[in-house]
Amino acid sequence: MTGLLDGKRLLITGVITDASIAFHAARVAQEQGAQVVLTGYGRLSLVERIAKRLPSPAPVIELDVTNQEHLDGLAARVREHLDGLDGVLHSIAYGPPSTLGAPFLDAPAEDVATAVNVSAFSFKSLAVACLPLMGRGGSIVGMDFDARVAWPAYNWMGVAKAALESTTRYLARDLGPQGIRVNLVAAGPVRTMAAKSIPGFDELQDAWPERAPLGWDGSDATPVAKSVCALLSDWLPATTGSMVWVDGGVHAVGM
Amino acid sequence: MSNEDIQKGLAEIVEEVAGVAANEVTEEKSFVDDLDIDSLSMVEIAVQAEDKFGVKIPDEQLANLKTVGDAVNYIATNK
Repeated sequence: MTGLLDGKRLLITGVITDASIAFHAARVAQEQGAQVVLTGYGRLSLVERIAKRLPSPAPVIELDVTNQEHLDGLAARVREHLDGLDGVLHSIAYGPPSTLGAPFLDAPAEDVATAVNVSAFSFKSLAVACLPLMGRGGSIVGMDFDARVAWPAYNWMGVAKAALESTTRYLARDLGPQGIRVNLVAAGPVRTMAAKSIPGFDELQDAWPERAPLGWDGSDATPVAKSVCALLSDWLPATTGSMVWVDGGVHAVGM
Repeated sequence: MSNEDIQKGLAEIVEEVAGVAANEVTEEKSFVDDLDIDSLSMVEIAVQAEDKFGVKIPDEQLANLKTVGDAVNYIATNK
């Protein structure tokens, strides 16, 4: 059997449970022939346990994307497992409680700064940290939620995602000459640990299947995972600075 | 495996994950209100319990397991 990602060496961030989008991306990538190393944040013991549930148990490196020491040491830590990287998935976001689901008009500037730092600036930080391991044909993918419009509850995380979308375009500009592509997957709502922690996100989850021309199953992360793998593969070789909507088509319809 | 064995095993997990003394983890205690366990710790406890007892605890179920006794009963019936 030949897989879409045969021989690819991937670094996948953002696994916390086996419902995580990143977990499913890692699973599909392994099924398609990739070697995967995970990074974990905070509850390493949980991430390590979940990593054993992949088709092939994956090593876990501790990475707080706001910790410069972690970033500086990342390439060496990855090299303990892989001799280089062909692809990286950034599936990381955080906003303090005031930024998500709480009144938009009340969030303090420092909380918004935290949300943008962890959720958007970190895309640049991760890319730079992985750059020494990457060569031409490399692919960096981030997870987005369409930030062109305002959503219920999503609030300042939507602003952070707008920053992520812009960051993607600038990364594409600056890494293009090295042959590295940088793109986003703008997914519809998936029932992950992260999604469940957003008060009011249910409203989005519930409305999505009716609005999506293709329908939408928020309990199934596989369509999103497959699309991430497509961007990590060699089959979108001239695509960079783009966002690929994996939302059942909701972005394309007005009502 | 008896319910008592399950409770003992579960208490060990709770102690390891959340730092609550195992002898505090008794049937009538609520994970959130009495043992002060946050949602991510609950997920980790569930994942460890799945590995230890060979059960599957879907997220929707996890939300219904309010007390230690609820969890013991769920594991006993579904393992």
